[in-house]
Amino acid sequence: MLNITELVGGYGEKNIVNSISFQVEKGSILGILGPNGSGKSTLMKLMSGILPAKNGKIEIEGKSLADFGAKELAKQMAVLPQLHAHAFSHTVRETVSLGRYPHQSGWFSSWSDEDEQAVLEAMRLMNITHYENTLIDQLSGGEQQRVFVAQALAQNAKILLLDEPTNHLDINHQKELLDTIKKQAIEKELTIVSIFHDINIASIYCDQLLLLDEGRIVRMGEPHEVVREEDIEAVYQTRISNYPHPELPKPQVTLLPGVSRQAAETTIRASDFILSPQMVLFQSQTPLKTVSSAVINAGAGWFRTFINRHVDMTYNIDNSFIEMSGFIEELGFKTTDTVGMMTAVRTEDAIVKEYEAPFGSVVIAVTAGVGNAVDVSKALEREVRVGTINTWIMVNGNLSDEAFIQAMITATEAKTKALHEEQVTDPLTGSLATGTSTDSILVAATQQGEHLPYAGPITELGKLIGSGVYECTVKAIELYRERKKAW
Amino acid sequence: MNKNSLAYIVSFILLGGAVLLGVTVGTVTISPEVLWNPKSDETAANILWNIRMPRVVLAGLVGASLAIAGAAFQGLLKNPLADPYTLGVSSGASVGAVMTLFFGISVPFLGNYTLPVMSMLGALATMFAVMSFAKLVDRSMKMETVILTGIIFSSFLGSVISLMIALTGEELRQIIGWLLGSVSMRGWPYVQMSLPFMLIGSFLLWLQRRELNAMLFGEERAQHLGVDVKKSKLMILISGSVLTGSAVAVSGTIGFVGLVVPHMTRLVWGSDHRHVLPLSFINGAALLIICDLVSRTIISPTELPIGVITAFIGAPVFAFIFFRQRKGGK
Repeated sequence: MLNITELVGGYGEKNIVNSISFQVEKGSILGILGPNGSGKSTLMKLMSGILPAKNGKIEIEGKSLADFGAKELAKQMAVLPQLHAHAFSHTVRETVSLGRYPHQSGWFSSWSDEDEQAVLEAMRLMNITHYENTLIDQLSGGEQQRVFVAQALAQNAKILLLDEPTNHLDINHQKELLDTIKKQAIEKELTIVSIFHDINIASIYCDQLLLLDEGRIVRMGEPHEVVREEDIEAVYQTRISNYPHPELPKPQVTLLPGVSRQAAETTIRASDFILSPQMVLFQSQTPLKTVSSAVINAGAGWFRTFINRHVDMTYNIDNSFIEMSGFIEELGFKTTDTVGMMTAVRTEDAIVKEYEAPFGSVVIAVTAGVGNAVDVSKALEREVRVGTINTWIMVNGNLSDEAFIQAMITATEAKTKALHEEQVTDPLTGSLATGTSTDSILVAATQQGEHLPYAGPITELGKLIGSGVYECTVKAIELYRERKKAW
Repeated sequence: MNKNSLAYIVSFILLGGAVLLGVTVGTVTISPEVLWNPKSDETAANILWNIRMPRVVLAGLVGASLAIAGAAFQGLLKNPLADPYTLGVSSGASVGAVMTLFFGISVPFLGNYTLPVMSMLGALATMFAVMSFAKLVDRSMKMETVILTGIIFSSFLGSVISLMIALTGEELRQIIGWLLGSVSMRGWPYVQMSLPFMLIGSFLLWLQRRELNAMLFGEERAQHLGVDVKKSKLMILISGSVLTGSAVAVSGTIGFVGLVVPHMTRLVWGSDHRHVLPLSFINGAALLIICDLVSRTIISPTELPIGVITAFIGAPVFAFIFFRQRKGGK
């Protein structure tokens, strides 16, 4: 639909855009990214015909941009520039109606039904119909932006060029506007090229991205090809980190600030764990990076309070999330800062041990009960019950993502070994159990001190986790059995 | 009834009332009956048709031309203070007219139209000079820059006129009267001389009404919307100069009409040029007819130059708009 070949352009002697080539297909959105002064706006001006190209070609369906008359071009291509102030004010309807200018001709041209429909539709899409008779300078920046998007939509052009369409908009209106534009792109097969400041938003909404630096294309392709740490860091000259979008296959980036308050040095100590009949409680002075399968705040996050709560065997787990949140709030903790697990095992019998190593230390805490033991290789449908082996691994060290996952593997293997050693059997199958039906695990790290890239069994950390979890689990099971016998 | 029809009805009523007052009130009060029944009072009919009517029509045409030109200039420059007078275009037209009058220039084929044509050329040349100079000073053509440039050119051209007048040694009061603007004792030939240009100029401006709407959002935006900006701009500048030139040629420099009328029109009826232009035309005519009436009756039997009255109203309005743009605008 839109073909750009070897495009060169700029002001005076200076070329701001250098030999840029790309094409955009019907129904797709191309996002242009780049730091300030990278030539995004100049590229936009060249594409909209405001600035004549010095070299290269811009073609719309094979026809050169220069061969279009002003009105003819406006029928093909609508442009949304950045907002500017004006001396006189039109009403919202008058402003949107101007989008129909290219469709009117003749000295006395009348306003056709088609014009009217296009204007009404554009106002409806941008949700500004109720402002129809308001003067635009009485609207907020965000509302004005929506009026101008409506004006561009009223043009009914097949190509839409947008310069930061979400400028001035709050997060809800950003989403609304981009959803509308994306929907239009798909339904009406529009070809859309848009400048974005926000890399994450561009990644979410664009089919293709183009990363521009000093007037040249650094990288172009699908978001996962363009939103890469190395390229973004080099072009924007800042530190960022990549992470996946929680729902979409679109990469996101986050800033790594250059300045932050120096975190107080924290050391996790076994002696700081509080064991009581209600729970095992650990509170850290600084948030710990945590990955867990807990009831409250499972997954990854940063937390200060860690609770392994004792509940009765008859506890109704259907409502556990809400009930557990209430429990945490009642204790005076914040649910947003707390990882919460549950166990039917006596929490004052938890085994908490500290293991020293050259890089720092690891604290392991285990509560175990094996009434629910399962041989996972022969697992059939079983009743869901409250978890019985909860394992916490807390590391005084700086773990990589790999290390977190390896720590879990190592810990799970050690736990299974402990169950074998203790001859725990699955009551249904009679074979050796590998765990219980609802075990939970938690790995947390201070992210201070030595960087620990791996936690497999051949690393110092892995060895400590392996032997530590094994030892603690064995002790916990033995204690559990003693208690059972005593009854 | 919708707002636009109401706007036109009110404006036409104002104009009708102004014409009626203009032809009946004066040193001799004439009954409106004479208008449709000349036989009732032959002397009165004579005064009405040969003295007052051409004067009223001329005042109306001049007011209409200056107002519509002002409205267009303001839209084009996105500058609420622009009008033929503040831009210096009127002074340029005056130089053209004064040169023609005092040097007795006569261009063959043009005959009677020499004066308005020379005046238009003066207007056009000044228009382009002011635009280029303002752009040279400040690419963004800020409101103040453009007006200041207009004043510079106005003063310079004013002194050129004074010099020419001094050299010719004519009687001073009459000249100043002309310079301050007057529509008295011009008669039908002057109406004839300016009418075609005023109608053509206004029509050409009206054709640009949609383009002017688009250009309020800036030239770049207008181009995005499909406006042939260069062509449109040229049309507006030429039409505006034609209107100013023909107005100045018959009445001298009358200031602020092009400022006050479009401003009031926008304030009351909104800033859509499809209506601002025609409404400014009608209301400009009405305003100048009333101003002329005041100028010849207020200290009767002496006549004040009409420019004194328009400046008396216009300068405060100018100050008010300027204040609002800078302080209360946002």
